[in-house]
Amino acid sequence: MSAPAPSAIESRLRALAARRILVLDGAMGTMIQRWKLDEAGYRGARFADWHRDLRGNNDLLSLSRPDIVSDIHLQYLRAGADIVETNTFSSTTIAQADYGMESLAYELNFESARLAAEACRTVEAEDPARPRFVAGAIGPTNRTASMSPDVNNPGFRAVSFDDLRAAYGEAARGLIEGGSHILLVETVFDTLNAKAALFAIEEAFEATGVRLPVMVSGTITDLSGRTLSGQTAEAFWYSVRHARPFSIGLNCALGAKEMRAHIADLARVADTLVCAYPNAGLPNEFGEYDESPEAMAALVGEFARSGLVNIVGGCCGTTPDHIAAVAAAVEGVAPRVVPEIEPRLRLSGLEPFIAAA
Amino acid sequence: MTEPTALPAATRASFVNVGERTNVTGSARFRKLIREGDYATALEVAREQVENGAQILDVNMDEGLLDSEAAMVTFLNLMAAEPDIARVPVMVDSSKWSVIEAGLKCVQGKAIVNSISLKEGEAAFLAQARLVRRYGAAVVVMAFDETGQADTLKRKTEISARSFKLLTEEVGFPPEEIIFDPNVFAVATGIEEHDNYGVDFIEATRWIRQNLTGAHVSGGVSNLSFSFRGNEPVRAAMHSVFLYHAIAAGMDMGIVNAGQLPVYDQIDPELRELCEDVVLNRRKDGTERLVEAAPRFKGDGAMARVVDLAWRDLPVEKRLEHALVHGITEFIEQDTEEARLTVARPLHVIEGPLMNGMNVVGDLFGAGKMFLPQVVKSARVMKQAVAWLMPHMEKEKLELGLLDAPSAGRILMATVKGDVHDIGKNIVGVVLQCNNYEVIDLGVMVPAQKILDTARERNVDIIGLSGLITPSLDEMCFVAAEMERQGFDVPLLIGGATTSRVHTAVKIHPNYRAGQAVYVTDASRAVGIASSLLGDKREATVTDIRAEYKRIAEAHARGREDKRRLTLEAARARAPRYDFAALPPVKPAFTGVRAFDAYDLGEIARFIDWTPFFSTWEMKGSYPAILSDDIYGAAARSLFEDAQAMLAQMIAEKWLTARAVIGFWPANAVGDDIELYTDESRTTRRATLHSLRQQIARDTGRANLALSDFVAPKESGIADWVGGFAVTTGIGEEAVAERFARANDDYSKILSQALADRLAEAFAEHLHQRVRREFWGYDPGETLTPRDLIAEKYRGIRPAPGYPAQPDHTEKKTLFELLEAEQNAGIALTESYAMWPGAAVSGLYFSHPESHYFGVGRIDRDQVVDYAARKGMSLAETERWLAPILNYDPVRVDAAAAE
Repeated sequence: MSAPAPSAIESRLRALAARRILVLDGAMGTMIQRWKLDEAGYRGARFADWHRDLRGNNDLLSLSRPDIVSDIHLQYLRAGADIVETNTFSSTTIAQADYGMESLAYELNFESARLAAEACRTVEAEDPARPRFVAGAIGPTNRTASMSPDVNNPGFRAVSFDDLRAAYGEAARGLIEGGSHILLVETVFDTLNAKAALFAIEEAFEATGVRLPVMVSGTITDLSGRTLSGQTAEAFWYSVRHARPFSIGLNCALGAKEMRAHIADLARVADTLVCAYPNAGLPNEFGEYDESPEAMAALVGEFARSGLVNIVGGCCGTTPDHIAAVAAAVEGVAPRVVPEIEPRLRLSGLEPFIAAA
Repeated sequence: MTEPTALPAATRASFVNVGERTNVTGSARFRKLIREGDYATALEVAREQVENGAQILDVNMDEGLLDSEAAMVTFLNLMAAEPDIARVPVMVDSSKWSVIEAGLKCVQGKAIVNSISLKEGEAAFLAQARLVRRYGAAVVVMAFDETGQADTLKRKTEISARSFKLLTEEVGFPPEEIIFDPNVFAVATGIEEHDNYGVDFIEATRWIRQNLTGAHVSGGVSNLSFSFRGNEPVRAAMHSVFLYHAIAAGMDMGIVNAGQLPVYDQIDPELRELCEDVVLNRRKDGTERLVEAAPRFKGDGAMARVVDLAWRDLPVEKRLEHALVHGITEFIEQDTEEARLTVARPLHVIEGPLMNGMNVVGDLFGAGKMFLPQVVKSARVMKQAVAWLMPHMEKEKLELGLLDAPSAGRILMATVKGDVHDIGKNIVGVVLQCNNYEVIDLGVMVPAQKILDTARERNVDIIGLSGLITPSLDEMCFVAAEMERQGFDVPLLIGGATTSRVHTAVKIHPNYRAGQAVYVTDASRAVGIASSLLGDKREATVTDIRAEYKRIAEAHARGREDKRRLTLEAARARAPRYDFAALPPVKPAFTGVRAFDAYDLGEIARFIDWTPFFSTWEMKGSYPAILSDDIYGAAARSLFEDAQAMLAQMIAEKWLTARAVIGFWPANAVGDDIELYTDESRTTRRATLHSLRQQIARDTGRANLALSDFVAPKESGIADWVGGFAVTTGIGEEAVAERFARANDDYSKILSQALADRLAEAFAEHLHQRVRREFWGYDPGETLTPRDLIAEKYRGIRPAPGYPAQPDHTEKKTLFELLEAEQNAGIALTESYAMWPGAAVSGLYFSHPESHYFGVGRIDRDQVVDYAARKGMSLAETERWLAPILNYDPVRVDAAAAE
């Protein structure tokens, strides 16, 4: 762990990212919704007799309806995504506990990575000039390690660092062994969860002997400009910087318009690539994301022209049309130049703290 | 905040101040609190440290009788819930690795480990260092190796150098994240070998900073003065003197009691010299002399602690609000009790000041000025206040014989699956319980089936669902559909930040026809709604709600249609075609401009429209009916009397000067623009006024208007004219307002400003009438009264740029240039096209009989592109000015510029 040399894949990605802005895919859930699957649709043949309701367990479709998941990957890749995310946002033992599917966690991660890799190969065969990559997605789980769910007992924690570390470790191994090229710790609303994930990923790299680039993406949840657990974007970066991520960025919760200021903060302080994949605007009163591909692409294109980003994509509400529009908007725009950051002791609580040199 | 004050400001700024009072080995008070499990007070110690300027908090739980790991975890978790404390980084301090590791698993920020060392050999040192790195912390390294703690300069530097090499070369530790602690030992102990400890530390510091590039130096300063325990002034003076010299040598971090250090320059010179002799080991008898003199400086101990308690002087309602907003529990019981004694029933404290305070919290959260952890704290304060009131409410029930009365109803509440937010739901639960409802709270992330199973099992009367994030909306629809499918008919209450009346009416309600879904705006409404849904009024209530939701659903469907826009081309095709030849436009009595100075205020005052005057004071109702209004009547009459009195004085004493300028120009419409010409030959263009066209897609045959439609088109060959005006009654207003402000008479100040505004409007109204009758003269026989004028019964309009018929404020620039308004009427435009003085009105005059006020409404990009080209303005700038009426999201170029 003594400052390991970047892996071959990371060197390749960095070389690519130095030349152009990379494009990540869009929402999986939005695309799955179009299928309007019912309970039976989610179960498929294999889980027809499962003892709990499975409707809404999108990750399970990698096992029960791989055709749907593959099709979505292909649509995004053909729309111009360089990187597709595996269908594993909730594929940890912790998140799958809602469905009694803890025991399937490894398989979900492995199979999802395999599906995404297969889709990449298909599209690379169509267009050999352009390499495609699988980002193994690691979601936040549905528990917070640094906040109490019980108002009357602020010291209580529904999940511990070690619980998370074990769950993330299993997910990471599945993703690595299934053929991911990158690991993406995303939608971080509690940085302690992310730190547990990064810890577990290091352990998984040691266990598997494979080292992959790691992307980290936080979520600024509301107008306060903080993560759910109260950190500013800059404080968040200092909390995860030790893992030397391939990229740092933000996704979800906000549309591009609201996200811009926080991405600009990261672009200023982060000595690594910056990645932004916002929602298709803010939800309307029906909770639908209705920003058009053109409108979103105009906003994200401006991020690019202002030199704020190296990787762009979409989160909730985005579709292959959005990704195609975003890809077109950043085409030919120079990627953000990673700044040299003066070495300083940079700590954080909820807010950043920088000591003098 | 109190800075470490031993040094001049320039050096001080780079010294990092680590709070030391949350350390059981260093603070007897903190040790006692932790031992007794009084974590609430222990947190106050942490808070005081941050308030007093600690930039990092050192937490140490190393004490033989404590389960140090458990205490570390408990305290760090509690600290994490206090945003005022958690905003600063933590230093996890223990001599036991297991305690450090337990602590690191609790902090989301980037912390510092204090400390690791070579005490147990290289292997253990490297293993721990690698883990520190993996947990993402910086590290303090003690000058300690296999043979013991370094006490001389040579040992301190050797061990530090060896540690540095291992960390940077073997572990890959960034040098700037390494902090050396070269050991502060007690001096003046009477043992000669100890005399040079202070100097050794200072010199080791100098060496480290010069040779181990990037690394920092820290130390626990209080050890230094250990032999003077009990004599705080002398200890503080020694610390101050020591820091003064150590910082000069490069020490840039210290574990100090930030609130207690005296300023180096202000230490009694005699004491300072005695301390310096000891710290710097300047004379053999230094210790002896300091020991001898010390009792004389004993004094009364620590410097007074400064805590801002000014808010304690506020009235009790405001104190409760302050406590809620700031999450302070310290006085909550005392304040709640005080509030209780002032009201008839304990419940009134909840419904009154506490709910008001929570509303403030809600507003601040909505505005992004508070964030979630703070709101959670507020909820906790609320809970404590309610807890204090509970026994009183129980007692009241007993006294009123309510105890055995059946509950008003049983309500099941849950935050739906996928959502973890329950603060609002908790508040609703509290309010319902206070009103004698039995509440079953299933908590957060509750699956639909569990809600329904419990509802059936417990035979509940109402189900309440809460959610804050948008996916919860779908889950609520799902729960409603399941209720229908599984044969429920109890009312379903919907609440939470993303929910809305529209969503409930349009999306949830249709899923649950067997019962009734009801949207609850906020906690204050919950009781009223629950009781109307459970009592005799149930049927009537449901009928009302259904009628309301039907209306909302229809309006919504219409609204969806309203969003459809025509292309600019299609909208232009739907422009009205007035027959200008049938009623040829009237030529104004003059063209060009005419100015009016010192216009008679008395004449203007006759035209005042008083209704907006009352709405300025947040009194809703129209004049003169408002003077006899049930609610506002008395206040309105008294206000009106004051206004009349001041107005009379204003006119008599000429407080204000009224100025105006009007003008008329030959004009013809060209597309959506209006060309103004220098003269009647209409060959030279003087200026172009631009207008915007409605793009609303209507199903009716109504036209899509632009202001240019009211002017004869150029190709018709018919002569037409357009007028413009700018009036003010604000000259002198500022001086009047200032005079009242100086007299601390805010009421009169606001009154004078409101009157000046009304006079400006009245002046515009009056002048418009004169325009119609004489200056343009297209309606010379008009005999309308001021009240008819207010009702806009006349022919022609005077729309203002920035208002619905032409929402583009930049058009004022053209108008003001035409009028030379600054010179002719003393009215200037600010850079954002506001008029100065503020009591001013400007606009255009149109005379066409069909001309009327309208709103352009939202417009699409095709028109904005076209309009920008016509105006010669960039698209981005045009979009910025038209932002409120854009039917699409423009690129935020202004945000980019703000970088």
